[in-house]
Amino acid sequence: MARSPRPLAERRAPLAERVVGAERPSAAPLVVASGLVKRFGQFTAVDGVNFEIERGECFGFLGPNGAGKTSTMRMISCMSPPSGGVLRVLGMDPATDGPKIRARLGLVPQEDSLDLELTVLDNLVVYARYFDIPKAEARRRAEELLEFAQLSERAHDKVEPLSGGMKRRLTIARALVSRPELLILDEPTTGLDPQARHLLWDRLFRLKQDGVSQVVTTHYMDEAEQLCDRLVIMDHGRFAAEGSPRELIERYSTRDVVELRFATPEDQAGALELGSLAERMEVLPDRLLLYTDDGDALLGESHRRGHSPISGLVRRSTLEDVFLRLTGRSLID
Amino acid sequence: MGDAALPASVGADAPGARGSHGRPLWLRSFGYWAYQYKRTWRSSITVSFLEPLLYLTAMGIGLGTLVDHHVHRVSGVSYLAFVGPGMLAAAAMQVGTSESTYPVMGAIKWIRTYHAMLATPLRVIDVLRGHLAWIALRLLTVGAIFVAILAAFGLVHSAEAVLAVPAAILTGLAFAGPIAAFAATQEKDTAFPVIYRFGVVPLFLFSGIFYPITRLPGWLQPVAWATPLYHGVALCRSLVLGQTPPAQSAAHAVYLAAFAIAGYAVARVTYRRRLVV
Repeated sequence: MARSPRPLAERRAPLAERVVGAERPSAAPLVVASGLVKRFGQFTAVDGVNFEIERGECFGFLGPNGAGKTSTMRMISCMSPPSGGVLRVLGMDPATDGPKIRARLGLVPQEDSLDLELTVLDNLVVYARYFDIPKAEARRRAEELLEFAQLSERAHDKVEPLSGGMKRRLTIARALVSRPELLILDEPTTGLDPQARHLLWDRLFRLKQDGVSQVVTTHYMDEAEQLCDRLVIMDHGRFAAEGSPRELIERYSTRDVVELRFATPEDQAGALELGSLAERMEVLPDRLLLYTDDGDALLGESHRRGHSPISGLVRRSTLEDVFLRLTGRSLID
Repeated sequence: MGDAALPASVGADAPGARGSHGRPLWLRSFGYWAYQYKRTWRSSITVSFLEPLLYLTAMGIGLGTLVDHHVHRVSGVSYLAFVGPGMLAAAAMQVGTSESTYPVMGAIKWIRTYHAMLATPLRVIDVLRGHLAWIALRLLTVGAIFVAILAAFGLVHSAEAVLAVPAAILTGLAFAGPIAAFAATQEKDTAFPVIYRFGVVPLFLFSGIFYPITRLPGWLQPVAWATPLYHGVALCRSLVLGQTPPAQSAAHAVYLAAFAIAGYAVARVTYRRRLVV
């Protein structure tokens, strides 16, 4: 599934060349952004980013709160006009062809916009009517999608009492009612319990198998690793890194991470010398993180040198390590 | 706001942006309001019947008996015939106001219906037009029921009275347009009770429904004259009673239309500012 990354220089090539680019004769990219900017007054939410989203892939935007993910998504959804740069969605310009583009997109917004007083089924039918899908066809698709979202039993219940996970599944089903070519999901699983998240991931994976391209924002690293073929890490409106989850881990972290926890600050201070054995060391108030390609060897060496942490854990690097390295550990509000 | 170059497609009319086929985009937004009405239409229609019935009974027959006994005639007709058409205009104001306050705020903030619509081919202008078209239809039903009840009370003498229904629609839209424009600027619903207390209620009392405004103190008469409700009342009354020259009725209609159109024009701006960020 992993894609070989194209060199950065090529990505920054003039837009026209890339759009016409002969390297993928099969299909033009679904979304092309070049120098894309979004400003709110003095604040620059998105600060000149370049990206392409290919047909059939799941593309992720990761980043802390306020990094510009949602602003980017809203521009791709043709609901928010860019303040600068060039944006093409499905080969068209959102500034002139918004309705035509939106007719082929499916949006799962961060904030639910379901009609709580209508029934589950009616929510889908009403939404389908915005796309001018005939009533009978809308109903048929709605029933099919409720099956897919495991909501058939609640079809005639009002939306209000549904659980958070059910509402999210309903919102996804709603976004699919127009058979979109690109599904845009803004934090699809925020606030859901693990069961609900796994069910959603399963559904999204099946959609990708069926050829529905997806764009996802999330600040859950496990979600990004589960869903995304390619992703960018956003910080302060710019891309801090881009690639597949695997590439990013290879590029920005080591294979293993050794986590050592000590009983006293003195013990921890004594173990700082281990830093010279690792590619990188992070000193946290309660533990040491040692980044290395062979965690077991490093942990063994630590024992040989007489360090006695109360716990010593060797684990694989994750996207979270990459994320924290690139966007910092301090809290962003 | 970085909205110097707002693309037309997200907001206003864009050339070639009309749904290339199928129903007009505003009609799809109208469709939502019609669809969701099915859960409240029974109580809503019942109220549309009961309200005029109660008011006409209380004001016309109760108070009217007293007035007619002492004054004999107001403007040359029975008090019931005088008050009835005025109440029609008041009902239109009531519906136009209530349909453009909380429902607009709800569609922006609580239920977020407008946002759901804007993720589909619909544009801001379609969202606005569809909602106003729905309010017009509500006014049509309320007005038609009201005129039918006026007829049942024996107050309708010519076919011209049918025109009181579009007059009621116009009166309601003269309120719905500007109030929807205002509602789209609000973060909370705290201003709405103020609109009722200091807008709707005083208009109800001082716009010539219960007595000719010539009975008001001199300085208050121009104020009453400037309000849209006064013109709605005068228009509805002249059409039901069939006693005013057409030119005067036309002037009232133009005045009401000006409010409705100005409200629509401002709403296009406030809706876009609110919904396209």
